Amino acid sequence: MLNFIVRRVLLMVPTLFVISALVYFIIDLPPGDCVTSQIDELLARGDADALVRADELRALYGLDQPLWQRYFEWVGGIFRWDFGLSCQDTVPVSELIGERMALTLIMESSTIAFIWIVSFVIGVYAATHQYRMGDYVASFIGFVGLSVPNFLLALVLLYVGKVYFGLSIGGLMDPEYIDKPFSWGKFVSVAEHLIIPVIVIGMSGTAGMIRRLRANLLDELQKQYVVTGRAKGLPPMRLLIKYPLRHAINPFVADIGGLLPDVISGSVIVSVVLSLPTTGPMLLGALKTQDVNLAATFLLFVAVLTVIGMLISDLALAALDPRIRFGATSEK
Amino acid sequence: MTDQSSTPPTRTPHFVSQEKWDPYVAERLTADQEKYYMAGQWKLMWWRFRKHRPAVVSMVFLALMYFSTAISEWIAPYDLHSRHSAYIFAPPQSVHLFHEGKFLGPFVYGLKTDRDPDTLQRVYTADLAKPMPLRFFCSGAPYEFWGMIDASFHFVCPPEGGQFFWLGTDRLGRDLFSRIVYAARISLTIGIIGITLSFVLALVLGGLAGYYGGWIDSVVQRITEIIKSFPHLPLWLALSAALPVTWSPLVIYFGITIILALLDWPGLGRAVRSKLLSLREEDYAAAAQMMGAKPARIIGRHLLPGFMSHLIASATLSIPSMILAETALSFLGLGLRPPITSWGVLLNEATDINVVAVNWWLMLPVVPVVLVILAYQFMGDGMRDAADPYA
Repeated sequence: MLNFIVRRVLLMVPTLFVISALVYFIIDLPPGDCVTSQIDELLARGDADALVRADELRALYGLDQPLWQRYFEWVGGIFRWDFGLSCQDTVPVSELIGERMALTLIMESSTIAFIWIVSFVIGVYAATHQYRMGDYVASFIGFVGLSVPNFLLALVLLYVGKVYFGLSIGGLMDPEYIDKPFSWGKFVSVAEHLIIPVIVIGMSGTAGMIRRLRANLLDELQKQYVVTGRAKGLPPMRLLIKYPLRHAINPFVADIGGLLPDVISGSVIVSVVLSLPTTGPMLLGALKTQDVNLAATFLLFVAVLTVIGMLISDLALAALDPRIRFGATSEK
Repeated sequence: MTDQSSTPPTRTPHFVSQEKWDPYVAERLTADQEKYYMAGQWKLMWWRFRKHRPAVVSMVFLALMYFSTAISEWIAPYDLHSRHSAYIFAPPQSVHLFHEGKFLGPFVYGLKTDRDPDTLQRVYTADLAKPMPLRFFCSGAPYEFWGMIDASFHFVCPPEGGQFFWLGTDRLGRDLFSRIVYAARISLTIGIIGITLSFVLALVLGGLAGYYGGWIDSVVQRITEIIKSFPHLPLWLALSAALPVTWSPLVIYFGITIILALLDWPGLGRAVRSKLLSLREEDYAAAAQMMGAKPARIIGRHLLPGFMSHLIASATLSIPSMILAETALSFLGLGLRPPITSWGVLLNEATDINVVAVNWWLMLPVVPVVLVILAYQFMGDGMRDAADPYA
């Protein structure tokens, strides 16, 4: 077991390295740099010193150095929690991202929790009440959830909320808590604002999970041991929980590998639509202005999140299902 | 055989039928059975597919949508870019049939423009006094058919001296319905082109990995693992932000399809690989190898046809995600750029919720997106069920 964990963690390092290098390179790829647009703006305003200023700025951001040198400087800084300067407002990246990353993390983990809880309840209900009203309703919800793209759903909800209920669902907390230290009130406010984004982001994941859990549980429920158990007079609830459910629950953990990237992708675009103070909108802005340090840091954050999530899922699966051998999990 | 119990026993004369005897007489098939057993696999699949009603309906719907992209110019009453500065953010004009209890045929009421004295916004009211009948199969706004032939034929034209904004107009006074019709060209083709690229990539890379195994396999496997496990949207964003602004919109269009395909092929590639891995152990593959066939021939001629139907079904199922990805990218302003117009580009106008709250029709491009995605999903489901007709 320990061996397995160590090997997985060691494998994470080169993966992250490759991803970060690739990402850094890609963001820097297009012609021009983040100073160009700022300078263009200055020039348009008729600032005579614009070109001098450009050289100063380039030196400040280290843009006069070759790409690989900047990359290694950035990577070296990561271990000191120093991600270089953000180009847009000349602030260290680490100051910009702290709260956003925390909020993103909160949002994404609550989305996963939401997916688990809701799909568990609905999936089990649908499987035990096959071809009844509730099952059809659940299947229908599942289908809609799978086919309606989440950012469009967010857009529609935003519109409905604005026009019919007069409330703005944008933001992640009431305005008076922004930039305030953490408090109970702030927590409650964040929790209230999280509801809509979590539902929107978790929709498709929940739908898929319900489908799988229902199918798995239905398969299990038809097996002979269930019939035997029932014939021997096991109470229905106990009969359900004791064996079939334990079998059927595997995808919950195993599918994190597929779920996590979806949730992260969804959270990026949904938070842009709902203008949440998470990493999404800032990443988009940084990419548009070629703010390499900022964008690369966010992307690295996403990568780390994914990789750790995968690791946890593999470990949990191994713990949950003794049939899974450690060597074999990577082949799946 | 004669009745043994009856008396007296008489011998039946020796008889040899001159007719040809069919040894399979007991196994003769009825016409229906024969049709079924003799049908090729694609025909069987089609029969199986036909039974899936929603899939068939979806296929018809998609066929109509794609057909419409061939004649967008005829369907759209206006040009993609024509601006009507007098009608900015005009609301949808509904089509009426009866005017004051009298049947007039399809007509619209003219629009009266006023300014709200407080907000200075334009307010449009229908001029109920003046019904303006629509014209059909008419000559309207001139255009170049497929960018080549000058023409002016439309199915529907705005009434004489009036306008017909069935779905309203946007901030530049462009007719939204016409724009949705034209945008279908881009949105629908991007999925097809993207999936074709991704299909080719999957066949080549998955084929190499599955057939040769060894280090090629492990390299391809690692790449697919990384791509599959990393969230696509941030990567898509980064890649499309990397497309230079100086490129022409058409080049950007192809750039976007390539980006979509680059991240999409691992799913298909993995399917190709695992199928090849199992099929190459079959006797017929070994036989071909013994007879000296080259790998390309073995893969292309003997192995691929065995699971082509599965591949096409799963490719169909991933078209909607491509269309969605393009829509999302364009919506975020990192995808296609005007003058190339897709549904995502249209939705980009709907990013500001305060504008949308007043002009709700800007959200309408959502409808075709959702319908097309649903249709693809139903059709893909049907195809997947039909993909293995011998099951």
